[in-house]
Amino acid sequence: MLAGAGIGYNLDANYPYLMERWMSEQKIRVLVAKPGLDGHDRGAKVIARALRDAGMEVIYTGLRQTPEMIAEAALQEDVDVIGLSILSGAHMALIPRIMELLHAEQLNDVLVLVGGIIPDEDIPALKNMGVSGVFGPGTNTQAIVDHITSALTHRQ
Amino acid sequence: MPREESISVLVEQALNGQRRALARLITRVENRAPDSVEALALLHPHTGRATLVGITGAPGTGKSTLVNALARTLRARTFTVAIVAIDPSSPFSGGAVLGDRIRMGDLAGDRGVFIRSMANRGSLGGLAAATHDVVRVLDAAGFDYVLIETVGAGQSEVDIARTAYTTVVVDAPGMGDDVQAIKAGILEIADVIVVNKADRPGVQNTVRALRAALDLGHRFRLTGHHGSLIQTPAAPPPDYDFWTVPILQTVATEYTGLDEVVAAIHQHGAHLRESGIWAERERQRIETELAERLRDALLVQWTAAHAPDALQTIVERIIKREVDPASAVRALIDGNKPEK
Repeated sequence: MLAGAGIGYNLDANYPYLMERWMSEQKIRVLVAKPGLDGHDRGAKVIARALRDAGMEVIYTGLRQTPEMIAEAALQEDVDVIGLSILSGAHMALIPRIMELLHAEQLNDVLVLVGGIIPDEDIPALKNMGVSGVFGPGTNTQAIVDHITSALTHRQ
Repeated sequence: MPREESISVLVEQALNGQRRALARLITRVENRAPDSVEALALLHPHTGRATLVGITGAPGTGKSTLVNALARTLRARTFTVAIVAIDPSSPFSGGAVLGDRIRMGDLAGDRGVFIRSMANRGSLGGLAAATHDVVRVLDAAGFDYVLIETVGAGQSEVDIARTAYTTVVVDAPGMGDDVQAIKAGILEIADVIVVNKADRPGVQNTVRALRAALDLGHRFRLTGHHGSLIQTPAAPPPDYDFWTVPILQTVATEYTGLDEVVAAIHQHGAHLRESGIWAERERQRIETELAERLRDALLVQWTAAHAPDALQTIVERIIKREVDPASAVRALIDGNKPEK
């Protein structure tokens, strides 16, 4: 894909202009959202910033998003990844609903990551619903970037 | 990330109002995927119906909030609305944080609204072209209004404003003195000026400074002349209907003053049509876009036809002062080696 096959681009490391342009046109798009009612968005902002620095385009939707708002934003923005930050303890109520809506919109191939305060015993249930990764406090942001890149590479 | 779907199926679904197909199509077009050319060709006959409104202004003036309120006001009149919100990319990582949706929560759950965030993806040009194409897709999908929101700083924003028929420039009290208003070239592209946050102190000063800055500029007007817009002295023919840029006040968080903004956009559209400027602007817009695309295509074609290090070799020679860039380009398009 990188070689620009099929469009007559003869890309090569010796073409910095075209190389850079082509690279810049292929972006991983991520929706970072905070469902539920807690107002602690520090973590979500740190993640948004880290993913931006990893070259991704992060659509940040802010606090108090309903599952419906999140599914709709994911659809309109055609994201590859959804990052959900929940610190209220309501994850076992919110995430099933979000996964259900994503399913209904046929957004099954979108990678869903969850961060925040998630007890270990809930993680298997979340993964069963289709959540790709759960990242608690203290996670190295690079681990999240690596998770996304590797999961998306395998999806293709 | 590429997800393979037939482009003609996507186009058909998007034209039939399927929002997911529309979203995917926008991604293809924004990424300039190989098959996006085919998509744009299929969509082109369906374009030209939407009213395109550009909304620009300095950071912090409340553009996104105004767009949110404007979209709600248009929805109340049963118009459908698409929003393209453009934010900067990081020049270092190429990534971006796109935060315009934060202010547009009121529009969630309304199927008559479609919001798409775009990163400007660096300074390599082509932002205007990419925006044109995304707007075209939304236009073809049948939205009555397409609102294009950009941060107002620099040439690319001026170019984007020219995508729209009507450009709304947003200001707010306390954003700088009247000299800022004069030096910022952004006022020259304004068809409608909105002073947002008009419940704040100093709003009258801001309005006065803007009015004064506009009056300074009133000695010229733009006229269509052989396919391009030229400045002519403002000695108007007696029957010529001048467009006086209105300065409106809004409190977008409270939906105050939005009816006036909608009315001004309608009046400006009517003015463009009656005066013939509409056709002139469209012609000029297409001319500019065509030139930009041609330049782009020629560069790609040239690069593909030459040795991988051809450009680098010339760059080295220019650095060594063996040849200057202008002569090098002349020699390149003549197919010769640049002369010393």
